[in-house]
This record gives sequence, C-alpha cells and structure tokens, in this order.
Amino acid sequence: MIETRGLRKSFRSRAGRETKTVDAVRGVNLEVAEGEIFGFLGPNGAGKTTTLRMLATLIEPDGGDATIAGADLRKDPAEVRRRIGYVPQGGSTWDESTAREELVLHARMYGIGKADAQRRAARALDAFQLTEYADRKCKTYSGGQRRRVEIALGIIHEPKIVFLDEPTTGLDPQSRAHMWDEIRRLRSDGMTVFITTHYLDEADALCDRIAIMDNGEVVAEGTPAALKREISGDVVLVGLDVAATPQAAKALDGEPYVNKLETADEGGLRLYVDEGATAIPQVLRRLDHAGLELRSIELHRPSLDDVFLTKTGRSLRES
Amino acid sequence: MKFARDTWLIFQRQLQLLLRNPVWVFVGVFQPVMYLLLFAPLLKPALNAPTQAAAYKIFVPGLLVLLAIFGGLFQGFGLIAELRAGVIERSRVTPISRLALLLGRSLRDVVSLIAQAIIITLLALLFDLRVFIGDLLLAYLMLALIALMTSAVSYGVALKVKSEDALAPLMNTVAQPVLLLSGILLPLTFAPGWLQGIADWNPFSWAVDGTRALFAGDLGSDKVWQGLTITAVLAALGVFWAARQFARSVR
Repeated sequence: MIETRGLRKSFRSRAGRETKTVDAVRGVNLEVAEGEIFGFLGPNGAGKTTTLRMLATLIEPDGGDATIAGADLRKDPAEVRRRIGYVPQGGSTWDESTAREELVLHARMYGIGKADAQRRAARALDAFQLTEYADRKCKTYSGGQRRRVEIALGIIHEPKIVFLDEPTTGLDPQSRAHMWDEIRRLRSDGMTVFITTHYLDEADALCDRIAIMDNGEVVAEGTPAALKREISGDVVLVGLDVAATPQAAKALDGEPYVNKLETADEGGLRLYVDEGATAIPQVLRRLDHAGLELRSIELHRPSLDDVFLTKTGRSLRES
Repeated sequence: MKFARDTWLIFQRQLQLLLRNPVWVFVGVFQPVMYLLLFAPLLKPALNAPTQAAAYKIFVPGLLVLLAIFGGLFQGFGLIAELRAGVIERSRVTPISRLALLLGRSLRDVVSLIAQAIIITLLALLFDLRVFIGDLLLAYLMLALIALMTSAVSYGVALKVKSEDALAPLMNTVAQPVLLLSGILLPLTFAPGWLQGIADWNPFSWAVDGTRALFAGDLGSDKVWQGLTITAVLAALGVFWAARQFARSVR
C-alpha cells in the first residue's frame, strides 16, 4: 500500500550568521501492507512528522521516491492526494465553524457534490458519535470531540490510506482509549492506517507493525512482538534479603537456562533468560533446594523501550 | 470548471465566516463613516474648494482607494490564524486548486470592500456628491483590482513570514509611504516638484488619479486607462506570486 525508497529531507536552519543543514530524514525505506495499522515510533525530532508530511504531499522530498496506494509521490502528487487522508498533529478545525460545516466543506474540496457531501457528513458525524454537537461551533468542543472531528475530516472522502500524526497526544486516558477504538474501526472498514506516536504503549497495543525511528533513520521494523522477541528474551527479578543474595547467586550461576546474572545492591537478582515461563519454576526449585527463602519473584517481559534502548543506546523515556 | 467551482467553494466559506462576525462588519462600516463625517468637513476650506460637493469629489475617491489598500494589506492576519489552526494544511492535502485557495479568499475581500465603498458613496450622495453611474462602476473596478492585489500580496507575505509579529510592522512599513505618496488624503498638486517626482513611481498614485478623474466625470482622461492598466497588471502579478506561495513546496 505504501512503499518508500530512500526518502530524504534536510532543512537549512539559520542560527545567527551560520547556516546549518539538518538532515531530518536520511533515507527511509518502508513497506506498509494493505489493511494494517502501521506505527511510526520515535522520540520528538526523530523525523516522524517530516516523513509523514512528505508522504502526504505537503513537503517535497530531497531524494528518494515512494508509491502510495498505487500512485507515484514524485510524479503524480495530485493523484496521491485523492487517495489519502491526512490528519495533522496540531488540529485542523476552525473555531467559528461547526463540525458539520467543516465536514461538508472538506468533502467538497475533494470534488464531491453538495448533496453527497452532506450525506457523507451526516454519516461521519453519526459514526464518530458527534451528531449531538454537529451544529455547534468547534471552539465549544472538548479535546476528544475535536480530535474525532479531525479524524472524520481525514476520512470523509473514503481514502485507501489515512495518515494520523500523533492522534492521541494531549488526550486524557479515557479519550485515548476511545480513539484507539476509532482507529481499529478504520482498519476493520478496510482502511490502511499510518500513525506516528511517541507513546510506547500505543505502538504496542494498537499497531500491527511498527518502525522505530531515531535521528532520521528507521532503526528497527516489525511486529511489536517480534521486535521484543528479537532482543534479550525475558528478565526474572528475584527478590531476596541482602544476606541471602550471594548464596542465591552462587546457586543459580551456571544453570543452563540463565544467560546472564546480575546482583542488585539492595539485595535480589536479575536473571536474563530466554523464556521466563519455563525458567521461573526451575529457579524456585533450585532456591528451595539450597534452602533459601525468597521474598518475591517477578517476570519482566521486554518492552518496546528495551528494543529502543538496544537499537539506539538510549531510552525512549529519556529522549 | 473545476477551478471556478473550487474558487466559489472557498469564497462562500470565507464570506459566511465574515458575515458570522457582526463586530467585523460593524467596524468595517463605522471607520470610513467616521472619516466622512469627521474629516471631510475640513476639506472645503483646506482645499479651497468652491463647494462642499467639489471637495467630496476629491476626497471620496481618495478615501475609497485608502480603504482598498489598507483593507487588503491586513487580510494576511486572518490567514495566519488559519495557518495556526491547521486549516491551510488541511486544505493543501486535498486536490483543490491552489490558485482557488488564494482567489476565493481575495474575492471575499474584494466583495467586502465594494460593499464598504457602496455605503460610503451613498452617504456621500447625501452631502451633494454627484457622479455618473457608469463612471462609478469603472471606479469600483479600479478599487476591486487594488483590493485584489493588496489582499493577495498580504496573503503571500503571511504564508512566508507565518507570524503576526512580523506581518504587522512589515505591512505598516509598506503602507505608510504608499499612502503618503499617493495623494490620497490631499492631492499631490500641492506637492513640491521632487515629491511629485517620487510619487510618479508609486502605482497607487496613478490609481488615485484615475479614480479621481472618474469621480470628476472625466472618463476620457488618460489617467483613467493608465490607472486601470497599472492596477490590473499589478493585481495579476500579485495573484500569480501569492498563488505560488500557496502551492510552494508542492506542485
């Protein structure tokens, strides 16, 4: 559905008298399949939005090319525009207009006739549970309501692909969960959804496949589960008294299922294992056998943050 | 066909939003009326005009051109608000004509200017201004072209600078010499030679002269066709340049 080859973009920024060239996107290759929710995960400034804006025809790439829903981005941006929907990060509705007016206008900008545009607007308002507020000005809406209007705008012309730039940023937890449901509904309607996010849990829970982006490059790509499997395996945290820790370490060191063992200063062990579920019973038996009493045992599955950490050497939470 | 439809779509939307804001409509009418009531009475003695009506024939066309220039130049502020709200970006991902995005807005500005001009003309009629309808319509055409140019340029600059803080001083800096050198408030016949020499390079000075000639009923005057030609060419250039700003970075 989307295929990019070596997409590049740099910006010139001026600080005082010096001009600096910032390579915002340095050669992105992506493949997005039809009907999936594809996520772009990365810290702010990683180049996610720049890539998205290139794909949405808003800025021209410096190099590389892309095919979007069968149309060539460089040669036929007008056709790309007809086939995609785009929901920008910072909002796209006008305070003094109503949701219905915005939807009708937007549909008409795609060349849809007036009567059809009105029908579509009514249907979209209904689907996004906005009918109640449809004829109120946008400035009276809550953050979640307004975001729903904006998503409805992005899909009013039934595009094959919709790009959502940080669709849940700034929403409260409830509206966020609601928005996830809306995005899943788009997928079940047969649309391909391309989102950017800097939320780990969002990428994990919502996306079928993700690409992790850092510093203008894609550093990893795959399903969230596969990406997590790729790194280190699971971590078993064993809670022990400080006094019992050295003995336990001795007992577990060299066990075949333990890849690596670390001792915590405040007592307790970190065991790196391939498969936590099978390792835990063996750890318990071993410690019981050695006559050691443990306070707690915890299975820690790698998160996407661990993936990010392995690939970039930084934690996404810190950047 | 598509272009005309797209332009109409944007025009309708912009006009609807304008009319929804009664404060703006009130201000747009109130200000020129103040000029007419509070400034114009000074003119008969100042210009040494034989009658009040003669003074109005000189002042009203100047006032209308002034409105066209300023009304147009400050339209960019509205566009910056739209940019910030994401409305422009949202429009640019649709296949709508880029020229229509500009022209729909500028035509709205032209229509609101002509509405103002009609109100002022009607009021001036009460003060014994007399002008032939044909001449008046040509004068309105001149005003429309001026407003089209200034509003297009203002939109183009707004898209370039993207901030009110930069747009306001920029537009003021442009507008002030243009205003002083066009003989809008007082005719430049009073100006010393060097000042007239500079004013000859100000296209708005030609527009003002042309509009004055029309109000004076002097349809055959060279100033009329010269003024119309200059403003038409500048309007076309302004629209062309500003439409490119709307399309910038995407074709």
